[in-house]
Amino acid sequence: MSIRLEDVSYIYEQNTAMAVPALQHITTEIKENTFIGLIGHTGSGKSTFVQLLNGLLAPTDGKVFYNDKDIQAPDFSRKDLRADVGLVFQYPEHQLFEIDVLTDVMFGPKNLGLTEEEARKRAEEALRLVGFEASQYDYSPFDLSGGQKRRVAIAGVLAMRPKYLILDEPTAGLDPAGRDEILEMIAAMQKELQMTVVLVSHSMEDVARFVDRIIVMDHGSIALDGKPQEVFSHVEELEKMGLAAPQISYIMKDLHRQGVPVNTDALTIEEAAEEILRVFRDRA
Amino acid sequence: MDNTIIRTNNLIYDYALQDEDGNVKGSIRAVNAVDLNVEKGSFIAILGHNGSGKSTLAKHLNALLYPTEGEVWVDGMLTTDEKHLLDIRKEAGMIFQNPDNQIIGQVVEEDVGFGPENMGVPTEQIWERVNEALKIVGMDAYRKKSPNRLSGGQKQRVSIAGVIAMHPKCIIMDEPTAMLDPRGRAEVIRAARALNDVEKITILLITHYMEEAIFADRIFVMDEGRIALSGTPAEVFSDVERLQAMHLDVPQAVALAHHLRKKGIPLPEGILSGEELTRELTALYKAGKTVSGEETA
Repeated sequence: MSIRLEDVSYIYEQNTAMAVPALQHITTEIKENTFIGLIGHTGSGKSTFVQLLNGLLAPTDGKVFYNDKDIQAPDFSRKDLRADVGLVFQYPEHQLFEIDVLTDVMFGPKNLGLTEEEARKRAEEALRLVGFEASQYDYSPFDLSGGQKRRVAIAGVLAMRPKYLILDEPTAGLDPAGRDEILEMIAAMQKELQMTVVLVSHSMEDVARFVDRIIVMDHGSIALDGKPQEVFSHVEELEKMGLAAPQISYIMKDLHRQGVPVNTDALTIEEAAEEILRVFRDRA
Repeated sequence: MDNTIIRTNNLIYDYALQDEDGNVKGSIRAVNAVDLNVEKGSFIAILGHNGSGKSTLAKHLNALLYPTEGEVWVDGMLTTDEKHLLDIRKEAGMIFQNPDNQIIGQVVEEDVGFGPENMGVPTEQIWERVNEALKIVGMDAYRKKSPNRLSGGQKQRVSIAGVIAMHPKCIIMDEPTAMLDPRGRAEVIRAARALNDVEKITILLITHYMEEAIFADRIFVMDEGRIALSGTPAEVFSDVERLQAMHLDVPQAVALAHHLRKKGIPLPEGILSGEELTRELTALYKAGKTVSGEETA
């Protein structure tokens, strides 16, 4: 099970004077049951990339395979692909429109052609996953807090039971507690459902905390791809691309440079604290 | 008194709640008895969780909203006094979250000139102001470009230049970095600090990024429509648990220092940046300090 891109390029407005190459010769594979962080500066090609993954865009060149089947083949059902690969856009709460929370989340599954009863079952399941109680089902989506609205919007996509869930900056504009709440929920869900999550993010700290693999995009190509420790060890390259390493990583590298013998792999506050304490204890 | 640019006295704002037919069925108090005093030339950060009243407060400061009760003064002018409306909008500029909603010109320099032109500034002076404003935000080289082709951080700097060209005494920035990538965020914060440092423009920065607040002279933390906490960054960020209870956080370096202190590394209070933390830790290490309050084998 995977989504595989083979030498994929994408050009906006091809064959016109306005042609803009957005992706160039991308070859990669998104496997099942992984948590992937997708980072890159504005305009690096992230959004184009994720829209190719669920067939919203067709490659100008190259092929996209879903479970080894070419998604552009005439007998391939792109409708099924879109049900399997869920996409949560930025500020998804702007797309809430139904009268209450439950009805809003049921909209997607009903659209898939499921019965009222089955749609309700899926919506309830999805709302449970994002931490909503039955007593909140009849709330108007517009009376919820920013973080709650966003969770309802995510539930709307989850109710379609995707195998792959792509989230484009799900924490933009949220306060720190709201950010943590959404990310922890996504991480728990990824584990419970063993789904693949692709998290598009501008926060290196968030990516460092949660994902197994990071894909870094720059000028329409994949510039770096690997485990967080590996990717964040390329600080200078990341900075040239308008990105950065997590702040903790700079502190550890600085300490090392100043002669405190810490290992510089730590990316989170917890990892850093443990490593610094180890060094201080070792001298005792 | 003379040194105050923005002052609110017991500012209260109630949003009306309407039912489906548009009848008022009640109200929500978004800002509750806020007394704010901002000194001329200072850099202020306003923190607070979603829905804490930050943006509602900010909209009062250039007369986009009027108080339900209480008063707002901007550079000695009462915001409800209609004859001052244009002066207030000119003196207290505003920058919002999404740069795409704030840019109207087809060419960068045209966009920046829009404000002063609207104010009736003579043409030759408009160009002077545009030149100066673009230089201050470091976008001089892009003056003939189309704003569409700029990055988010660059667009936001053009928006800031548009405000600067109106020669404000104060700029209110409502989450100007929320939609930007790391470089864009750094560019905007650098521009804001330069405006404050060099041009002596008062800055009020509303943000969800705690790291951006460590440069402020003073931080106000809003919670439930009130100012729950205020002080220097060192004072405000010293109370990690209290901030977390208000859905906020502390900068990463502060959190790490807090963690280490609790585990017995005798770090001084008031560390805000990674550089400060590194310096203190290195000094402790080189002085042969070890973890106190723990059994050593």
